[in-house]
Amino acid sequence: MSKRYEYWNKEMELKNRKELDEIQNKRLRAIVKYCYDNVPFYNKKFKENNLHPDDIKTKDDIIKIPITYKQDLRDNYPFNMFAVPMKDIVRIHASSGTTGKPTVVGYTAKDIETWTELMARTIMATNVTKEDIIQNAYGYGLFTGGLGFHYGAEKIGATVIPISGGNTERQILIMQDFKSTVLTCTPSYSLYIAEYLKNLDIDVDSLSLRVGIFGAEPWSEALRSKIEDALHIDAFDIYGLSELCGPGVSIECPEKAGLHIWEDHFIPEIIDPENGEQKNMGEQGALVFTTLTKEGIPLLRYLTNDITVLNEEKCNCGRWHIRMRKVIGRADDMLIIRGINVFPSEVEYQLMKIPGVSENYQIIIDRDILDRLILKVEVTPEAFSDKVSEMEDFKKNIEQRLYSSLQIHANVELVAPGKIERSIGKAKRVIDLRTKNI
Amino acid sequence: MVKQVSVFLPNEPGVLAKFTELLENNKINIRALTVAETADYGILRIIVNNPDKCIEVLRNANYLVSETDVLAFEVEDKPGGLHRIANLMGENNINIEYLYSTLTSKTAIILMRVNDLEKASTLLKDAGIKIFSGSEIYSI
Repeated sequence: MSKRYEYWNKEMELKNRKELDEIQNKRLRAIVKYCYDNVPFYNKKFKENNLHPDDIKTKDDIIKIPITYKQDLRDNYPFNMFAVPMKDIVRIHASSGTTGKPTVVGYTAKDIETWTELMARTIMATNVTKEDIIQNAYGYGLFTGGLGFHYGAEKIGATVIPISGGNTERQILIMQDFKSTVLTCTPSYSLYIAEYLKNLDIDVDSLSLRVGIFGAEPWSEALRSKIEDALHIDAFDIYGLSELCGPGVSIECPEKAGLHIWEDHFIPEIIDPENGEQKNMGEQGALVFTTLTKEGIPLLRYLTNDITVLNEEKCNCGRWHIRMRKVIGRADDMLIIRGINVFPSEVEYQLMKIPGVSENYQIIIDRDILDRLILKVEVTPEAFSDKVSEMEDFKKNIEQRLYSSLQIHANVELVAPGKIERSIGKAKRVIDLRTKNI
Repeated sequence: MVKQVSVFLPNEPGVLAKFTELLENNKINIRALTVAETADYGILRIIVNNPDKCIEVLRNANYLVSETDVLAFEVEDKPGGLHRIANLMGENNINIEYLYSTLTSKTAIILMRVNDLEKASTLLKDAGIKIFSGSEIYSI
């Protein structure tokens, strides 16, 4: 059976490698000069490094440009990284600022147009069309998720329900009565909704949902299966960050073999987070982006800290736009437990393979003399037994699997259903108590 | 055969009180009980007057519940009473997973979970031991 592939901007989406390279080289030269001329931060940085915009002729020269860090945005809080006067900025968004001050981004009217175009492509790449009713449960506000989806969905002519996040009972009522066909939210919230439906004894097949576009937090392939099974939908991973625009940087096509980065607007690179050196295609490392068309807050070689791998082969969907593997984790999320490096997503991947383990778990890391990893796992009806020996076997099985696959010693603690806090926004699955004790 | 209700309870202060309050409000009476506890949780096993209703009430309150068939039989209330049963099971290679007891004014009753219910039941019957049915136990 041949798959169906929808496109919003077929001409741009189907450009081949050579054409994309040409566009990128041309736009890179322009954005470098634009940054040099309009952003004092970059002007200073170039001069400090004896670098001139003329030194950057093609993508091969990009490694000459110093990396831009999130800290640079914080140091220039709130508006000092903007390349245009405030009168040309039509919108401001900001990151949640869970760690320190929020990062602030500004959009010109053209930036909003570009973002809308990218979100239109992104939504249609999941085969969602104007026939669809999109229940947009991403938060509206300073967070880019809500409005990003909203504009893109309207652009393709779909029906948008701007319900925003939270109020799950109302989400379900709307889902039933308005016959929403697409759900957009964080993957953890989709599971929360699925659980809520189950508790209300609502048959998911009585709903009209067929597609989910989930992002804003890393989620494993195993969690995708759980979500697809629970909601009977096709679940797609979307990636973005407010520093680049918000959602709409990359998206999975129906192949689900990586997320296509819209390369006519961004140049992606992978670097070694330890020494900042560029890595080869196919090697794992931290993702770095250069924006090619942004006016409000253009960024050169911005380090995302997201760990992934790039693949530039042509995809079966016809797109050459480079694919990034589903984000494995964030460089700063990586846990070092007794010297072993572990991403929470790897723990999740192992857990989801064990029968009787649900997505409701929490990783707690503490230190007395050595690091201790406590894994709180909610007991499911499938795992529950009247015999202590069987329950203890269930526990040991989890501990053994984590040890044999990731070499980490975990103490599993079984907790009652509902005991792990459910999240409406980004899931808080890791609690590191060590930092407080130092 | 007697229906036992097994419930997962976290090992924390106040958990049992909340649980027993729910039973009281629903007029469920406990005939016999035993708890197996570990550091982080306990498994409470109870025999009640109305197991089906009990399970429904607990499930609706989001407790993790399962039902298990156990054997209920009479033992002589004197030294050696239980020994006779344990011996019978051991000699016939039946593993007793756990057991607990309850007393009425007249007799001592043992509730026993084994790996082979049918075989254990036949052995007890052949040895002339009185086995109680579910309804007899629920309405003690």
